[in-house]
Amino acid sequence: MNKNAKLPETEEGTVLFNVDPIMLKYHYEIDYLHSYAQDSPFFAGLAQKKLLGSHCPACETTYATPRSHCMDCGGATHWTELPQCGRVHTFTTCHFGGEAFLKETPFTLILVEFDGAETLFLSRLLGADPDEVRIGMEVQARFVRNSKFLATDVYFVPA
Amino acid sequence: MRPVYMITGGITKFTKANPEKDFRLMVKEAFDYALADVPGLGREDIDGSVCSYFSDHFTRQLKAGAMVQDYLGLCPKPSRRVEGGGATGGLGFQSAWEAVASGRMECCLAMGFETMSRVNTWKGNEFIALASDTNFDYPVGGFYTGYYAMMVRRHMHEFGTTVEQMAKVAVKNHANALHNPYAQSPARLSVGDVRSSPMVSTPLTILDCCQMSDGAAVAILASEETVKRLGVRPVRVSGLGCGTDAMRMADRPHGKVPLLPHEDEADYAQLKYPGVHSFRGGRSAAAQAYAMAGIRNPAQDLDFVELHDAYTSSEIQTYEDLGLCRYGEGGAFVDAGAPFLANLDYGLDFSGMERFARIPVNPSGGLLACGHPVGATGLMQAVFAFWQLQGSIQKHLGDGTLQLPEPRRGLIHSHAGTGTYITVSILEAE
Repeated sequence: MNKNAKLPETEEGTVLFNVDPIMLKYHYEIDYLHSYAQDSPFFAGLAQKKLLGSHCPACETTYATPRSHCMDCGGATHWTELPQCGRVHTFTTCHFGGEAFLKETPFTLILVEFDGAETLFLSRLLGADPDEVRIGMEVQARFVRNSKFLATDVYFVPA
Repeated sequence: MRPVYMITGGITKFTKANPEKDFRLMVKEAFDYALADVPGLGREDIDGSVCSYFSDHFTRQLKAGAMVQDYLGLCPKPSRRVEGGGATGGLGFQSAWEAVASGRMECCLAMGFETMSRVNTWKGNEFIALASDTNFDYPVGGFYTGYYAMMVRRHMHEFGTTVEQMAKVAVKNHANALHNPYAQSPARLSVGDVRSSPMVSTPLTILDCCQMSDGAAVAILASEETVKRLGVRPVRVSGLGCGTDAMRMADRPHGKVPLLPHEDEADYAQLKYPGVHSFRGGRSAAAQAYAMAGIRNPAQDLDFVELHDAYTSSEIQTYEDLGLCRYGEGGAFVDAGAPFLANLDYGLDFSGMERFARIPVNPSGGLLACGHPVGATGLMQAVFAFWQLQGSIQKHLGDGTLQLPEPRRGLIHSHAGTGTYITVSILEAE
């Protein structure tokens, strides 16, 4: 037993953001292992400059954003290659955004519709000023050369 | 199922940042207010609770609900957390209703909060965007205002809705809130003010969007026996509905409009539904709640609506989902003045009420002007609706301007994501 036991102290300080009430400011960051799991083939496809959707053979539904099971019948879908030309279903230009994307603003988001697909695909549109974008305008997929295995490996430009 | 009544409620003032009080103390303040409003009601009467809060990222505290239960002195009674994005408060309200309707509890506390000021606004937007698909949506530029901007762009394309019509919603809700001391951002605005404020995501400006808030709200629900024992003036929860839709708005297939009793299939012969311009989950929730409450024509059978106006655009979209007007008429409904209070001057000229029935929407100021501390928001609506139906607006707000003349029936509507969870609850004066 040691009645004089002392907690070793360090020289590190604390960032006090406010004193009344006391508010601390600290950084919070983590490494995370995110698995694309059953969606993985889509991201592998982007690296091969392919845009993959899902097709339900029972319902004959084609999903432009992939899902491995059909939302109508629950059956397994199979992978299908989508056309790389589509049309703008709707659009916006973001002048602000989540912190992670602030440095990329302004950027234009579009939902793309494809012939033969019942649902849409969210992507970015490059090469058009905000006031040049129109619903129905034809757009063409492009792929980054240095794949990051992110949904942004594909983007669209005016066709 | 047996009848369930709301017997009291309480809220804190919603503010941009309230570092003086943590979530436990804010909920306690709202809870103590609710208890104090009913003589004879004490903590011992509460059989259990439902705690609604959205994001663990904002609190940086897991199991925060357990800390609230503890702080309120309700241990070891039953409690649970309910979470469903923006609809968290509405889902919590309905979960408390279920506890009483089933007979599991005689008296259940629904308590909700959010403390969003602990990170900056743009980090907060990032947290909120994590409530979109993190494989396909979030990495592309995850931003809810961007999602809603795309939805309303399509609404404008389909139906001719204008940015001025949207701006009038901001004018209305901020002006209503001038008489609500609990509101975060009351203001007298013009259409020009809204359009000339900073652009966030075209066509939505910052005044088209609600603000992040710190705040808490509670609603206490009880059985008929409890109401009689306490001798309170209760409000009956007469209808409930809940609807859902695909997490990714890109995934919505087209089908037919689920019709409300007063609508006709011919009304929508050309409409591809829901597309990204309408909320199928909202229509579904409304249809269930109307069937349960016996509502045939909502604009006539309801006296007011408190709906989830996270954006001016989503208020217009929601008029249509709730059947206050037909799909496509939301903009004209605003121009007519239908959702405005009759006794306030908004500085606007209205086109007249020939086509629509007047039904005040968001007399409290809604999310646009009250703020949106997510887990508290749906309960805030319940509290304002309860005070309206009790006729006690003057007592609780210290200003009777927003009190409607003898309202009998109100609707509250809570909404998550791009329409992923939506609740509709009907409250009736007894």
